[in-house]
Amino acid sequence: MKEAFDVAIVGAGPAGISAACLLADQGVKTIVVERGEYPGSKNISGGVLYGYDLYQILPDFPAQNCPIERNIVESRLWYLSKDGGYSLSYRNQIFAQERKQNVFTVGRAKFDRWFAEQAKKKGALMACGTVVTDLLRDDQNRIVGVQTDRADGDLRAKLVLLADGVNSPLAAKTGFRPEPKPHQVALAVKEVIELSEEQIQERFNVEPNNGVTIEILGVVTKGMNGIAVIYTNRKSLSLCIGANLSDLAQHKVKPYEMMEDFKEHPMVAPLIRGGKSTEYMAHWIAEGGYDSIPQLCGDGFLIGGDSAMLFNTLHREGSNLAMTSGRFAAEAMLEALEKGDFSRHGLQGYISRLQNSYIFKDLKKYKRFGQFLETHPELFTSLPEWASQAAREILTVNGVPKKEKQKVLWNQLRAKISPMRLLRIFWDGWRSVK
Amino acid sequence: MKVEDKLFLDRFRVDEEPHLRIIDGSVCQHKCSDQPCLYFCPANVYRLEKDRISIAYEGCLECGSCRIGCPHLNIEWRFPRGGYGVSHKFG
Ligand SMILES: Cc1cc2nc3c(=O)[nH]c(=O)nc-3n(C[C@H](O)[C@H](O)[C@H](O)COP(=O)(O)OP(=O)(O)OC[C@H]3O[C@@H](n4cnc5c(N)ncnc54)[C@H](O)[C@@H]3O)c2cc1C
Ligand code: SF4
Ligand code: SF4
Repeated sequence: MKEAFDVAIVGAGPAGISAACLLADQGVKTIVVERGEYPGSKNISGGVLYGYDLYQILPDFPAQNCPIERNIVESRLWYLSKDGGYSLSYRNQIFAQERKQNVFTVGRAKFDRWFAEQAKKKGALMACGTVVTDLLRDDQNRIVGVQTDRADGDLRAKLVLLADGVNSPLAAKTGFRPEPKPHQVALAVKEVIELSEEQIQERFNVEPNNGVTIEILGVVTKGMNGIAVIYTNRKSLSLCIGANLSDLAQHKVKPYEMMEDFKEHPMVAPLIRGGKSTEYMAHWIAEGGYDSIPQLCGDGFLIGGDSAMLFNTLHREGSNLAMTSGRFAAEAMLEALEKGDFSRHGLQGYISRLQNSYIFKDLKKYKRFGQFLETHPELFTSLPEWASQAAREILTVNGVPKKEKQKVLWNQLRAKISPMRLLRIFWDGWRSVK
Repeated sequence: MKVEDKLFLDRFRVDEEPHLRIIDGSVCQHKCSDQPCLYFCPANVYRLEKDRISIAYEGCLECGSCRIGCPHLNIEWRFPRGGYGVSHKFG
């Protein structure tokens, strides 16, 4: 490609497309390079998306036929043992009425494609089916474009935004970000299970177009630090389960077998009964937290979204952080283009925006949460089993006085986890999120 | 449901040229007692045939796990060529 661009963006995920929308809107000559055959063809998430962050980029997104699956009106949290588990849920009609576009589900293959269409309408160029293989540097080591696997190869640009997601050999190769260690990523698998709209409405007790999210912790991850989710789409459910990659390697658990066992859990099986699996996928989740965020810009480049490890494990927020970091990157690039300063200094607006936003504030707040999960395996083994047994005992009516039951349960807990250790779990847990 | 049936649900555009390669087979045989790639790969791409590891790269889901999860970093890993590999319909 002989043409030179103002900005080249690697990756047509939410981070890259957000930046492209805003840049193209301001008349900046922008190209997005995407390795998939269309935007979204390589991308997965649980599917929860956030209206606030999208609104900042495309205020009219509902009117533009954004492919929303269901508007989330209820969130559930499950803590599972082998045979059952606790369920905590919150529902509010406000989420169905006033705040329709607060949180909703999407299929990323459809959403990212639609999102990229909006950027194209604003004038961004989309080069799909093209892998960026390296970055172009000038003699002073400044980034001046990207190399691709196309025959006409190199692409020159004043600025490059790396928005290539969490699995970024590119970022590693170029020294911007060290390769993640296996304990810094979770490997998740996902299955989409088709059901009728009516079945979903009945099983989740919701009106048409409304839906539910379920976040799941406990023994389903087989003692490994991990999480599962079930989200409702219009005519399907998204089931995801994942665990820390180093745990998976150590425990010798096969992810697809973990998924099969999860589907058979008594809390899950009735929800998916009769459904047909239609797709199976796998992806990393950037779980390194605040401490794993790399240097975010340098001479001629910025890095955003998952590629910059911006992910909030506790609230499973990633696509919104990606969209908003893409927006900040675009704003900083506009400033740099105006000043004609493409150095690290000229791009500092990106860092200050991130630092003053909810992104850094939240990630800082939960800095210790990932480590908390990693160092307290009881949360995924003995604790859910014991908690479930406790509830089962108390709820079983069999003539035994409650006081006696409590004594037995307490002794059982102490045999599994010492009181000091228990205190430690609660204390560390509280400190990691306070 | 077996992993083969799961992969059967997906759409792959397979390149003739593999995008994954074991760098040194003798490391797998003699230095890697756990052989974790046989477990964590979500697409069961790595399989033990006799005593060597074979690679069914056609079903790779491109998660990247073997790239950093092989304890000996013995896997040469790249993305499939542009437009090739797995394509999601829902995502
Ligand atoms: C199982 C799972 C469940 C999740 N659930 C949620 C959820 O419910 N809500 C939520 O907000 N977040 C969720 N996330 C996280 C969310 O998916 C990510 O945070 C988000 O997709 C990051 O966006 P991004 O634009 O940074 O990267 P991505 O969406 O990963 O996009 C990167 C893009 O770059 C392309 N690319 C990569 N390398 C190259 C290259 N060399 N050349 C060309 N193109 C390249 C890729 O094909 C891709 O299109 C989940 C993640 C997983 C894995
Ligand atoms: S984990 Fe790496 S070294 Fe071990 S068997 Fe697999 S490819 Fe070979
Ligand atoms: S990238 Fe993932 S799916 Fe592909 S071979 Fe490696 S571990 Fe398996």
